Amino acid sequence: MLKYHFDWSIVTSGKYFDWLVSGLKITLELSFVSIVLAFLLGLLVAVLRMSPLRPVRLVAMAYLEFFRNTPLLVQIFFWYFGSYKILPTAVNDWLNSTNFEFAAAAIALSIYTSAFIAEDLRSGILSIPKEQMEAARSAGFSFLRSMQYVILPQAVRITVPPLVNQFLNLAKNSSLAMTIGVAELTYQARQVESYSFKGFEAFTAATLVYLALSVAITWLVHVYDRRVLNPLRTG
Amino acid sequence: MIEFRGVHKWFKKLHVLNDINLKVQAGEVVVVCGPSGSGKSTLIRTINQLEPIGEGTLVVDGMDLADKKTDINKLRAEVGFVFQQFNLYPHLSVLANITLAPIKIRNTPRKEAEQQALALLERVGLAEKRDAYPTQLSGGQQQRVAIARALAMKPRIMLFDEPTSALDPEMIGEVLDVMLKLAKSGMTMVVVTHEMGFAREVAGRVVFMDHGVILEEAPPEQFFKQPKHERAQQFLKQLLSPMH
Repeated sequence: MLKYHFDWSIVTSGKYFDWLVSGLKITLELSFVSIVLAFLLGLLVAVLRMSPLRPVRLVAMAYLEFFRNTPLLVQIFFWYFGSYKILPTAVNDWLNSTNFEFAAAAIALSIYTSAFIAEDLRSGILSIPKEQMEAARSAGFSFLRSMQYVILPQAVRITVPPLVNQFLNLAKNSSLAMTIGVAELTYQARQVESYSFKGFEAFTAATLVYLALSVAITWLVHVYDRRVLNPLRTG
Repeated sequence: MIEFRGVHKWFKKLHVLNDINLKVQAGEVVVVCGPSGSGKSTLIRTINQLEPIGEGTLVVDGMDLADKKTDINKLRAEVGFVFQQFNLYPHLSVLANITLAPIKIRNTPRKEAEQQALALLERVGLAEKRDAYPTQLSGGQQQRVAIARALAMKPRIMLFDEPTSALDPEMIGEVLDVMLKLAKSGMTMVVVTHEMGFAREVAGRVVFMDHGVILEEAPPEQFFKQPKHERAQQFLKQLLSPMH
C-alpha cells in the first residue's frame, strides 16, 4: 500500500521553488563559463597536438591522456582541496575572498571536458584535406594562422555534432560541483529533500530541469549551426 | 628570378629530383612537361618550399631557400601557386577567398582588398560570382577564382601545377585563356602542363623531365619539331595520339 502523498506544489512555488531556481541559475552560470573555457582550451590543445614541433605535440598529448583518464570527481577534489596548498598565501587569501568553490568546479569541468573536445576537434582537423593547409601555407600564412583562418573554421563546422555531446556532458557533469559545496541545482534539490522529505518531487523537478537544459543547448547549437556555421548543409 | 643549381631531392630512397639546373628570368614563361612520376610537380613545389630540397642551391626572388634565415612565409607571399585541385577555401565566399591573404598578410584595408578582388574577378570573367561559395562553381570557374586568389597578393612569380588536368575538356579553354593573358602581361610563370597549345603560344622554353632528370630544355618550336631525346619523342607521340 502506497503511503506517500505527492505534493507537487512545493516545487512549483514558495521557498523550495526559489531554492531550485537559484540552483538552476548557478548551474547555468557554471555550465556557460565552463563550456566557453572548455571549447577555447580544447581548440588550443587540438592545435598544439598537431604542431610541427615534436616537444609541443608531446606536451599536448600528455595533457590529453592525463585529463581524459582520471575521474572528474577526483579532479574537482584536486582543484578544491589540493591546489591551494601549493599556492602562496597571498593568492590563497584572494581565492578565499572569491567564490572558490565555483572557480574550482569551473576549472575542473573546463579542463576535463577540454581534453575530450580537443580529441573531437583533432579528428575534425584530420578530416580536412591536407591540400587546404598547403593552399594556406603557399599564400604565406604561418602554421598557426593557417589553422586559425582556414583549417579550424572548417574543422569546427564538421565537429558540431560531437561538440554538442561534450557540451551536454559538461552541463550534466556540473552536478558533481555539489560535492564541494557549490549550491547548484542538484545541491538545491538535495536541500529541498532534506527539509521537506519530498525527495520524489525534488529530484523529479531537478531531472526535468536538466532535461530542459540539455534540449536547450542542443537546440541553440543547432540554430547557430544552421544560421551561421553551415547554412548550405542539408539533412 | 628562379635559379636551381645542382638540386637533388629524395623521397626515402626514391631519387625524385636528380641534379636539377634551371634558370628562369623575370618575365619568362617556362613550361615543364613529362610523363607522370617524372618529378615535374615536385620540381614546381620546391620553388615555394611546399617540398624542401635535399641538396643543392635554390634561389627564388633573391632568397636562398637553403638558408635557415630565409623567411619562408615572406617568400610564399611573393609567389602565387595554383593547384591541380584548385583548393579554394570551401567555408569562404569567392570574394573572401580572394581577400583573405591580402587583408591578413598584407594588411590591406578590407574596402581596398575587396575592390582589388572585384577587379581581378572581372579579369577572370567571374564578377557576378563574388558572393557564391566554391561548391556552387564549376571546376573551370573554381580554377579561375584560384588564379584570382593567387594574383591578389600581387606576386612576383606565378606557379601552376597542372592547372587544367582536373577539368572537363570544355572548361580547359577558359582557364588557359586567363593564363595566356597573364603570360602576355609579363608575369614570370612556371607551368607544369601538357597543354602544348599553351606552350607553343607563350612559353619561352619547354623543359622536359623524366625520372627526376631534366632531359631537354628548348624553345617550343624546336622542342615540338625536333625533340632531341628519345623519351621526349615518345612522350610527344603519345600526347598527340594517346591511343597508340
